Amino acid sequence: MDLISFGDNGWGDELFIATLMTIAVAITAMLIGFLFALIFTPLKLSKYKILNLIANFYTTVVRGVPELLVIYLFFFGGSGAIMYVAQIFGYYDYIEINAFLTGAISIGIISGAYSTEVFRGAIQSIDKGQFEACHVLGLKKYIYFFKVIMPQMLRLAIPNLSNVWQITLKDTSLISVTGLVEIMRQSYIAAGSTRDPLFFYSFAALLYLMLTYLSMKLINRLERNYSRGY
Amino acid sequence: MDLELIITSFPKLLSATLVTLKLLSASLFFGLFLGLFFAILRLNKNKLISGFAYGYSYVFRGTPLLVQIFIIYFGLGQIEYLRTTFLWVILKEPYWCAIIAFSLNTGAYTSEILRSAFETIKPGIIEAGRSLGLNKIFIFTKIQIPIAIKQSLPAYGNEIILMLKGTSLASTVTLLDITGVAKFIISTTFRPIEVFIVAGSIYLFITFLVHNLIKYLEKKYRYQ
Repeated sequence: MDLISFGDNGWGDELFIATLMTIAVAITAMLIGFLFALIFTPLKLSKYKILNLIANFYTTVVRGVPELLVIYLFFFGGSGAIMYVAQIFGYYDYIEINAFLTGAISIGIISGAYSTEVFRGAIQSIDKGQFEACHVLGLKKYIYFFKVIMPQMLRLAIPNLSNVWQITLKDTSLISVTGLVEIMRQSYIAAGSTRDPLFFYSFAALLYLMLTYLSMKLINRLERNYSRGY
Repeated sequence: MDLELIITSFPKLLSATLVTLKLLSASLFFGLFLGLFFAILRLNKNKLISGFAYGYSYVFRGTPLLVQIFIIYFGLGQIEYLRTTFLWVILKEPYWCAIIAFSLNTGAYTSEILRSAFETIKPGIIEAGRSLGLNKIFIFTKIQIPIAIKQSLPAYGNEIILMLKGTSLASTVTLLDITGVAKFIISTTFRPIEVFIVAGSIYLFITFLVHNLIKYLEKKYRYQ
């Protein structure tokens, strides 16, 4: 128990901060994912074949390639790509992007592919009559999206989005390979310096379980809220 | 774009594909048995037994695969007693540790897939079997299991693809699978994009094959 006490002798405070870091990365990644979904869902549903193709390419590649490989791509390639762009503008110094951003963006891109599929499915399962009714009523495009389609879509999407959240939360453990100190990395450090990997990795597992359990509870409440009036 | 690197890294990554496929098939094989075993336990009327099976699937689905591998590879070696038993022969090899972790992980997901498949079987079918005087084991192996397999094929196809992506974590315990080799090439040449294209294409190709295999099986075993 000494090992996880707070203060200088234990790893409690470090692990607590690492847990907050995991939550922060997961939430940022999820939001970045929504941003990607916001771009690619309309492309998926577009009439134009070429736009469909672009969106399908994104979701198929990202969902078919291991997360770790995507993270390596951004970890090793991210600063290179930014430096390349910077060089065009005449900036030749070494630029290092922060591990948090690299991690959140790479996990966000993965999470976005899953979210895109969820939103596409949700919109497609909304009754066609709803779209037609909006059209007949002559509603403005954004009113019709935000007031009619969106509420119905969210209701259908939330259960699946909670799966995406779970995947995203668990994927954040992979960012530890880039050196960002989240739960997994902190456990690795603690395990290395105390020579007690069994304890620290089991404790990490417990922390993840706690996070998934708590977020499940929270999402269930959200779900009840949104499915009201069915 | 460095075309030469793409050409030279392709054979290296292709030979690593063998490691990935070995890991995948071994863990799917063991995972299927684990999954079936725990799905049967889940359907048991005894609360303790079904609770145990639920706990297993909850823990393995609620924690990242990376933690599971690390516990098995780095953690279990710490127990002095284990080092003296024959289990140590297996547990000191990263290859077997990865397979154990993957099998337990996919077993948890498979047990959920099979459980829901068993639960969707209409009771009338089982009752029909019983009224024909078939015994319990016969009903289970000849009626319930075939129906459950057909029911769970699409979900299991997804699980195979998830597991394929999961095998990439073997690279974190020093194994040289596709991702492991890709990382090695990237860190020596600092050309992530080219390597990503080659490694990614290999993964996508395997995904494509699995997808079509499952589609074919679904068609073949469709029942009305």
